[in-house]
Amino acid sequence: MFFLSIDIWLILEKAILIACIIGLSFFIAMYTTYAERKVAGWLQDRHGPNRAGPFGIFQPLADGGKLFFKEEIIPLASNKVLFLLGPGLAMITALVTSTVIPWGAPIVTEKGSIPLQVADVDMGILIVFSVVSVGVYGIMIGGWASNNKFSLIAAIRGASQMVSYELPMGLALIAVLFMTGSLKMSEIVANQAANGWHIIYQPLGFIIFFVCALAECNRTPFDLPEAENELNFGYHQEYSSMKLGFYLFAEYINMFVSSAVIATLFLGGYDIPFVNEASWKLEPWLMSLISFSVLMAKISFLLFVFIWIRWTIPRFRYDQLMNLGWKKLIPLALLNMIITAAVMLWLNK
Amino acid sequence: MQLTNRAKQVDRKPMTFLESIYLWNIVKGMGITISHLFKKKATIQYPEQTRTFSKVFRGLHVLNRDAEGRENCTACGLCAVACPAEAITMEAAERLPGEELLYREEKYAVKYEINMLRCIFCGLCEEACPKDAIYLSQTFAPANYGRKGFIYKKEDLLIPHPVNEKDAYQKALGNRVEKN
Repeated sequence: MFFLSIDIWLILEKAILIACIIGLSFFIAMYTTYAERKVAGWLQDRHGPNRAGPFGIFQPLADGGKLFFKEEIIPLASNKVLFLLGPGLAMITALVTSTVIPWGAPIVTEKGSIPLQVADVDMGILIVFSVVSVGVYGIMIGGWASNNKFSLIAAIRGASQMVSYELPMGLALIAVLFMTGSLKMSEIVANQAANGWHIIYQPLGFIIFFVCALAECNRTPFDLPEAENELNFGYHQEYSSMKLGFYLFAEYINMFVSSAVIATLFLGGYDIPFVNEASWKLEPWLMSLISFSVLMAKISFLLFVFIWIRWTIPRFRYDQLMNLGWKKLIPLALLNMIITAAVMLWLNK
Repeated sequence: MQLTNRAKQVDRKPMTFLESIYLWNIVKGMGITISHLFKKKATIQYPEQTRTFSKVFRGLHVLNRDAEGRENCTACGLCAVACPAEAITMEAAERLPGEELLYREEKYAVKYEINMLRCIFCGLCEEACPKDAIYLSQTFAPANYGRKGFIYKKEDLLIPHPVNEKDAYQKALGNRVEKN
C-alpha cells in the first residue's frame, strides 16, 4: 500500500526539474567564468579570451578539460577525509540553495499546474539562509584539512567574514518579509507582481543585501579568504586538479544562486515589468518560458554587476571589512527595518 | 618659499559617515571602469596583425649578396671585432677556381655564426662592415625550443638568391631597403 501511494509522476517531475537546474547551474557557472574574463578584458582595454572557437566561447571547456587532466596532489600532512570532503561540501551547499527559487511562472494544465520550483516550502527563504551558513564549512574544512598556515588563516577569515555578514543580510531580509508577510518564495514573487518590486520600497535594504551577498560569495572587494597577494590563494592553496576546480566552480554557482535570490527578493523574480502578462492569453508553457527568460535576464545583469565590481574595487583590509559589517551595515539594516515597520504601521491606520 | 607651489596638504580628517560606507566613491569608480568598456582596445592580435616597426628598427641580421647572387662577405672579421657582445664567430677560406659565381672576392666565410642570445642588436657590425655584407633587418629572432637553436648559422643568415629566388629575395629586402 505504501508504494501505491507514492506519486511516481511527482517524483519524475521533480527529478527532471532538479536535473535541469543542476545542469543550468553548471552551464551558467561555466560561462560566468568566461564572462568574467571577457568583462575583465574589456574593462582593462583588452579583448579577453578570443582564441578557443569564435570569440573564445570554448574557453571554459578548455579550462575544465585542463583541470581534469592536471595531476592530483593530496598533501601528506593533510587530513585525507576532511581534505576530500571540503570541495564536495562547498559544491553541495552551492547547489542545494537553488531548490527553493521559483524559476518561472507555473505551467498550468487541465490536470493541475507544474511549478518551476523544486520545493515551494513554507520556510522558503530561510532554507537559503541555513544552507548558506553551512557553506562556511566548505571553506573551513578545506582550510583546516590542508594543514597549511595560509589556508588556516584564510579559513578563519572566511568564517568570521561570512558569519558577520549574515547578520545584516538577515536584517535586510526581515524588512522584505514585513512587506510580504510570508517566507514562501512564490508568495514573495506574487506580492511583487501585484504591488511593485521591493527594490522600489527597499532601496537601502537592496544595497545592504547586495553588499552582504558579495561577502557571502567571497567576491571582491570581500575576497579576503583567497587573498592572492597575502595568503597565496588562501583556503584552496593546497588543492589541485578538479578539487580546485570544484572550489572555483562553487564560487561561481554561489554567485549565480545569490543573483537568483536577489532577483527573486528585490527585482520581482520572474515578473515581467510594466506589463500585465495575464492579458496576453499565451500558451502556459510559452508564458513560463518567457518568465524564465526574464528571470535569467535579471540574473545576468546582477552577475555582470558582480563582475563589474570585482574589476573596479581593490580588496578591503580586514579591519575595514569588520568595521563595515558591524558598525555600518548592521545599524543601517536595523534602521531600515524600524523605518519599514513604522511606515507600515502608519499606513495601516 | 617652496620649490614648486604644487605641494598639497594631506587631508587627515576622519571620514564622514557617508564616506565610511564607501558607497558613493565605489559608484564613482564603477563609472570610470564602465567607460573603459567602450574604449578602443590596445591589443594587437599578434599572429594576424603585427606592429609596424620604425624605419630604423634593428632586427635579425642578414648576410648580403650582390646583384648576381654572390656573397659579399670576405670574412675580414671586422664585425666580430666591433661586436660588443662577442656574438659573432667566423672561419675564413680561400675561393677555389670555379666558385666565382658563389663568392664575390677571393676570400669568403666558410662558417659564419651569430649567437642571438648574446647579440644586443646594436648594429655596430653593420657599421663596421666595409663590404656591405651584413645588415640588420626588420624582423626579430623567433622563439626556439633550445639554446642551440639561437645560434644562427650562415644558411640561416644568408639572404635568398636574387636571381634564383626572386620573390623570397624581394621579401627579405624589406621595406627599408626598397625605399633606398
